[in-house]
Amino acid sequence: MKYEAVIGLEVHVQIKTKSKMFTRVAAGYGHPANTLTDPVVLALPGVLPVMNKAALDAIIKAGLLLGCEIAPVCKWDRKNYFYPDSPKNYQISQYDQPLCLNGAVEIELPGAARNIQGEHKKIALTRIHLEEDVGKLNHEAFDSLVDYNRAGTPLMEIVSEPVIKSAEEAYAYLTSLRATMIYGGISDCDMEKGQLRCDANISIRPVGETKLGTKVELKNLNSISFVRDGIAHEIKRQIAVVESGGTIVQETRDYDGMTGTSQSLRSKEMAHDYRYFPDPDLMPVKVDAAWKARIQAECPELPFAKQTRFQADYTLPYTLASVLVWDKALADFFEEAVKLAGAARAQAVGNWIVNDLQRELGAAKIDLADSKVRPAHIAELVKLVDAGTLLSNAAKEVFIDMSATGEMPAIVMAKKGLAAAPTDTAELEGWCRDAIAANAKSVAEFKAGKESAINGLKGPIMKASKGKANPKLVDETLRRLLAVS
Amino acid sequence: MSHAAMPNELFNKSIAELAGLLAAKTITSVELMQAVIARTQAVEERVKAFNSYDTDDALAQAAASDARRAAGQSLGALDGIPIGIKDVIAVTGQPLTASSKMLANFVSPYDATVTQKLKKAGAVIWGRLNLDEFAMGSSTENSAFQTTRNPYDLDCVPGGSSGGSAAALAAGEAIATLGSDTGGSIRQPAALCGVVGLKPTYGLVSRFGLIAFASSLDQIGPFTRTVEDAAILLQSIVGHDERDSTSFKTEIPDYRAALKEKKGPWRIGIPKEYFGEGLDPEVAVAVQKAIDYYKSLGCEIKPVSLPHTEYGVGVYYIIATAECSSNLSRYDGIRYGHRSAEASDIVDLYFKSRAEGFGPEVKRRIILGTYVLSSGYYDAYYLRAQKVRTLIRQDFLNAYKEVDAIITPTTPTPAFKRGAKADPLAMYLCDVYTIGVNLAGLPGISVPCGFSSGGLPIGMQLIGQPFKEADLLAIAHAYDSTHDWTKRTPNL
Repeated sequence: MKYEAVIGLEVHVQIKTKSKMFTRVAAGYGHPANTLTDPVVLALPGVLPVMNKAALDAIIKAGLLLGCEIAPVCKWDRKNYFYPDSPKNYQISQYDQPLCLNGAVEIELPGAARNIQGEHKKIALTRIHLEEDVGKLNHEAFDSLVDYNRAGTPLMEIVSEPVIKSAEEAYAYLTSLRATMIYGGISDCDMEKGQLRCDANISIRPVGETKLGTKVELKNLNSISFVRDGIAHEIKRQIAVVESGGTIVQETRDYDGMTGTSQSLRSKEMAHDYRYFPDPDLMPVKVDAAWKARIQAECPELPFAKQTRFQADYTLPYTLASVLVWDKALADFFEEAVKLAGAARAQAVGNWIVNDLQRELGAAKIDLADSKVRPAHIAELVKLVDAGTLLSNAAKEVFIDMSATGEMPAIVMAKKGLAAAPTDTAELEGWCRDAIAANAKSVAEFKAGKESAINGLKGPIMKASKGKANPKLVDETLRRLLAVS
Repeated sequence: MSHAAMPNELFNKSIAELAGLLAAKTITSVELMQAVIARTQAVEERVKAFNSYDTDDALAQAAASDARRAAGQSLGALDGIPIGIKDVIAVTGQPLTASSKMLANFVSPYDATVTQKLKKAGAVIWGRLNLDEFAMGSSTENSAFQTTRNPYDLDCVPGGSSGGSAAALAAGEAIATLGSDTGGSIRQPAALCGVVGLKPTYGLVSRFGLIAFASSLDQIGPFTRTVEDAAILLQSIVGHDERDSTSFKTEIPDYRAALKEKKGPWRIGIPKEYFGEGLDPEVAVAVQKAIDYYKSLGCEIKPVSLPHTEYGVGVYYIIATAECSSNLSRYDGIRYGHRSAEASDIVDLYFKSRAEGFGPEVKRRIILGTYVLSSGYYDAYYLRAQKVRTLIRQDFLNAYKEVDAIITPTTPTPAFKRGAKADPLAMYLCDVYTIGVNLAGLPGISVPCGFSSGGLPIGMQLIGQPFKEADLLAIAHAYDSTHDWTKRTPNL
């Protein structure tokens, strides 16, 4: 029998605000235990929560970026349960009126090959709501210690509809969602720091069946790859259980990404009663049209829209466009350089950024913002190459020098004497004639319509010129000679 | 041993009088504080109003006040006046116990907003006053530490939950005090102890630093000897607070000036629902006399109807317990407060710490509140109660289309004997006349209006319109300033 998987994801995203959700103490990661606390975080007797408006701005932005309906009122509820990581023993959250409803995450599935764009799909969202994060328990040999630094950090819960069909789709969903959050400046989504956390609800059913199967919740998926691997593993596990005549139990399972195995944490038979009720300490906040318009004005273009535009406006190949758009800073850098170099040189600009600049950044282990190479450098370099002033090997040398010094390409070129010698057209034409004479096979193929056969002639010319022949002129001369020969 | 305290002793004077004496340098704040300390030391053993007090700290504050005054930098009418604080309002470095074993050893690391405001006004923060545990009760008998006595009859309760605040003031152990009122916890003990007690409009006074009982009902307010003092003390604690989202942005008038400026005559409503079965005849007569006095001032006395009154107690015990069940979850023995020494694991730690730390009334209300919020019962109880609450508020707002204020008895009876109301329901009915004001978020003031044949104080309640404390105080002042009930002192 053939089975299909039905997957819904619950993603928690910490919002990158200066202070916590309901008090002014700083939010942050990696500080000494219990230093990011105050009477409100610790839920001392008598304290009250006050809403952080920046967090509300951020969730409205997330909602707008994902095409959600934004609720007219932000209403707060208390979710009551006892656990030591929750200082009040209730969590301030949103129950029956989440701030964002519906909307979708656009995903791109892997194509047939690296240079072929895959299918695009929209994964529908159920809701996004705002709440406060809890603290962290550290279990020691005889004791458990609580660190409340994380407690009270603004947290969004993004719930998808159960419409995800595979581990690959889940992976694509998280990749896209993460990029959207980073693009919006909403979160850094560093999973190692717990800024993005994902739980997956997974069930299987025979293909053609419309009723949902019993779902299993998979927890502790602490990287996007683990989400993919964990889901793939769980689907396989469920199919194996069913095929061997067993039934799926509703339970929560813990996936261990290191060993690629999962084990049951608890069965879901004891449902919690969270006794939700409106928080009497917080007044509902109106989200009016002006507020939404202000946030809308701050919403950036998202990666897929950018990718489509880059392909259309700059005739970039998919391989370049898809790399450039996933990092907003890189995409902005590219567009800045293209503006200076001219749209016709966009592909060359893209190649320098994706190949050389990225490699330099990786080698130096620095961010783009810290690089001495600015868009003007790339633009000038591309123009020099295009004009034949810089030949390819010399250009690479200029790039490495300017990465280190920050000097403009023309200055580096002059300093190092890398400018191509003025071309002796007679000499060049001689090399071309020699190459045509010596490579009858390539000539024949080219004349028969095989465009790439011309490259078979260029190799010997470069060799003869010791690499100094201007490739553009070589190309022009060869075509001229071949046309009349 | 009996100290017949004379009304002209410093510790029995009003804020207004003492502010005059201090300004004229007839007395110093240290002398005043010493008089209050001496009085406290003389009577506290019998009254049991304080959970704790710190004489050295109080005298140091008084000395600082004297130094300001000597330097010509007096902060106003409250500078150097000893104000007692109910032990649910945070004061930096002072115990904050809520009269509960749960917080018996808790010391507050921060000031409530009202505490900050009092300090800014130069007041001497004086002592921690007893209450029913977590402000749940009407007699202080639910205090984990001690039962406060009514200074007019030591066998009787002072009312509650702010019983310590009322009794300390009546006994001359403070010049004024702060309490909190969730269903009558200021007005009822004020009535039973023969002092003035004001519950401001919900949102007028910041709740930041007030240990929450029921967040949508709690409000801090003053206990004073006169309505004029209530105006002075209220002035210093009101105002929007960015740390309390439920505090209201509203223009703050000069309350004391309003006492003179607002002269009436007023239209005063008499709700028949507050004068029915269960009302002690002596209380009824005393309140009627007050009504007659207003009539003699030319006020129009009109019958009004508050038809949903009978649902008040029921609605209150659903909403207040629901909120408290959640508010008191934080007392779990993890971060502070009582932690059981017996616990074997985390769940056991919760159960045992809370079982040992909370008294029976607190547990009863947590259980009740947990029940009404439970899945399957929420709609029938909590949601419906909220709807009826809206109707109760609407009753009052309808009445205010025709009247400026409403007069009722504050309590059905004068103070009762300790142990007389062992049945929780009988105790809950003590607040039958005060609860509606909290549910509707209105201001209410209890003003002494007589004594029973047994020598126990009787109070009347004046209920005002939202944020119109200036009018309410002026109406109360018209009576209070022409009667001498508040000048009487108990024979201790």
